[in-house]
Amino acid sequence: MTATIEVDGLRKRFGPAIALDGMTFAVRPGHVTGFVGPNGAGKSTTLRMIVGLDRPDAGTATIGGRRYAQLTRPMRHAGALLDPHALHPARSGRNHLRWLAASQDLPVGRVDEVLALTGLADVGRRAAGGYSLGMRQRLGVAAALLGDPPVLLLDEPFNGLDPTGIVWMRGLLRDLAAEGRAVLVSSHLMSELQDVAGHVVVVGRGRVIVSAATDQLVGKYSSLETAYLSLTDGVGGIR
Amino acid sequence: MMLRAEWIKLRTVPGWLAGLVVAALLVVALGCLFASGTSMSCMAGNREVACPPPPTNAAGLGVDDKFAFTNQALDGNGSITAKVGALTSTITYPPPNHNQIVPGILPWSKAGLIVKNGTGPGADYAAVLLTGAHGVRMQSAFTHDQAAPGFASAKEAWLRLSRSGDNITGYVSADGTTWQKIDTVRLDGLPAAVRIGLFVTSPGGLTVDEKPQGGHAVAVRFTQSTAEFSQVSPASGWNDTLVGYGDYRTGWEQTHPPGHTESGGVITVSGSGDIAPLTDGVAVERILTGVFLGLLPLIVVAVLWGTAEFRHRMIATTLVAMPHPARVAGVKALVAWLASLIAGLVAVGVTLPVTTRILHANGVILLPVPWPTTVRVAVGTALLLSLAGVFAYGMGILLRRAVPAVVAVTALLVAPPILAVTSVLPPDLGAWLLRLTPAAAFAIQQSIPAYPQLSLPQTTFDGYYPLSPWAGLAVLALYAVAAVAAGTRRLRREAS
Repeated sequence: MTATIEVDGLRKRFGPAIALDGMTFAVRPGHVTGFVGPNGAGKSTTLRMIVGLDRPDAGTATIGGRRYAQLTRPMRHAGALLDPHALHPARSGRNHLRWLAASQDLPVGRVDEVLALTGLADVGRRAAGGYSLGMRQRLGVAAALLGDPPVLLLDEPFNGLDPTGIVWMRGLLRDLAAEGRAVLVSSHLMSELQDVAGHVVVVGRGRVIVSAATDQLVGKYSSLETAYLSLTDGVGGIR
Repeated sequence: MMLRAEWIKLRTVPGWLAGLVVAALLVVALGCLFASGTSMSCMAGNREVACPPPPTNAAGLGVDDKFAFTNQALDGNGSITAKVGALTSTITYPPPNHNQIVPGILPWSKAGLIVKNGTGPGADYAAVLLTGAHGVRMQSAFTHDQAAPGFASAKEAWLRLSRSGDNITGYVSADGTTWQKIDTVRLDGLPAAVRIGLFVTSPGGLTVDEKPQGGHAVAVRFTQSTAEFSQVSPASGWNDTLVGYGDYRTGWEQTHPPGHTESGGVITVSGSGDIAPLTDGVAVERILTGVFLGLLPLIVVAVLWGTAEFRHRMIATTLVAMPHPARVAGVKALVAWLASLIAGLVAVGVTLPVTTRILHANGVILLPVPWPTTVRVAVGTALLLSLAGVFAYGMGILLRRAVPAVVAVTALLVAPPILAVTSVLPPDLGAWLLRLTPAAAFAIQQSIPAYPQLSLPQTTFDGYYPLSPWAGLAVLALYAVAAVAAGTRRLRREAS
């Protein structure tokens, strides 16, 4: 299996608003790909379409050449952190991972592995409703890693993390890429991405503005932030 | 895989588990409360005694089996013929003034010919008979009742009953020459030697007071009926047996003893009682009334089982793990069914033995029903709870909001029987609600079916549901399937 995400000509209209307008890019294995753009540029919609939560009007999104819904035990092919709050507050973090593990036919041992990996071993048996945003992000990452997938999709993983958490997350993303995974990370934190992302996809108004190596952009604009600001100037996502 | 995942999901929210336990406990607790608050005693003359168990028919159904039986032996095949008429009744102290003993017609007084396997109460029989106001009929097994066409309002008739092996055939004639067959019934395992003869019986005189606030009060008074049998064949050899009579005699009976007299070829028989299924008493489903209360926490849990996916946007996590909305909804419905079924089975499985013991200690005799009926009531109650869980889950994913879903399910499932049985609603409306709403399922708990050949009122107020047990349960199943299907449709449309 080639561990890639291929997004090809995605279009989506929500009523009068055009959310995606021919979104096309690919995420290659072995490095972190930053996915940046203004609010409403279509980042989250694209991520949701990759995992089959939204249906495109046109275009395709595939993982290793197959649509997400066609994958059996999909979390072994792609792990996604989309919404850290998408859990039942009365269920413990560990139990949240347990049902996910069962759904992918994974042993309970894997649950404890990812809890340890994300630093949640001590709080795993507490109700997830009491978790801080940072802890929920970690739990979301734990869920994404549960199936040891070659592809990862992380929507704003730095949100709510404390400085220690940010450092941890950076290291984790680097490690995951170094293991040969395709890692797609959407974020507003350009400085964080500049350090870890080898490749950046800049989007606006539902389509890709630039897809380039980070070094290339930094070389041209001095920093990723400057690159982002000049590239997205005047393409505010909300119309 | 999906089933295990969803099962883990259900049992790892402590409140849901607690809700299911509470549902089962409520059924048990209310059953025990009812049992410990119920006691029974009977009068033998003017002495209070423990109630004897009523006689039962071959199937185990509790029956009334009391009548004056002017009988003789019949060995092997044979028949009996007589002209029956002048069926009149004596009713003691009826309204309005309750101060007189009056003659009258009792619609379901019975006089006729009977073949019976001995003279013990509950023994198998077949009979052709004339009734006070329901014409000529053939009856057997205490529940079987077949009217003779053309004799619906007969006041006298020639009757014949003949035995051939296990088959008993009843005939009727207006003139004693042209005979019309009514029915043939099979009495399995009937021995060669049976009793055959004339009988008269007379159920209690009923008055039903419809109350202005709904419902009714039933009063019963002692009656005795008398009929004349002529042209009887065999002509002689008659002896009286008072089947099902105790030692006690009413004042009327002391001067008008039950049995037969003969004068000028006419045999006059007097008797009281009834040959009929027993429907008045503590039915087994009464100890499972707690289901109404137990349903409430069950409905809440099952609704939340559906709505929580949306309230906490869990559905995104669920569909990323299992990207097949329809299958997820189906598996979740299955989990709702299983969890509610287990709660139901535990509730019923604990309630029945515990309350039976308490009732026994209190001298309460439940209305005997055949054991398959008891099993049907017990298992059916658990099935009712399981389907209620699926229905509530379906309404949960359809409406996606807990409070409206709980209110809707409660209004459709729990409210109608309570309103109908407590006569808050007009009887017709109540009966229709119990046909059309998922509440029809409570029919599965009704252990005693309605019998048209009884004079006791058999309305919803008396615990009689308009649909048959399994048809009623099927109504709830249809609602459950429809709700889950509609909710699944919404999920497929909006989530993918």
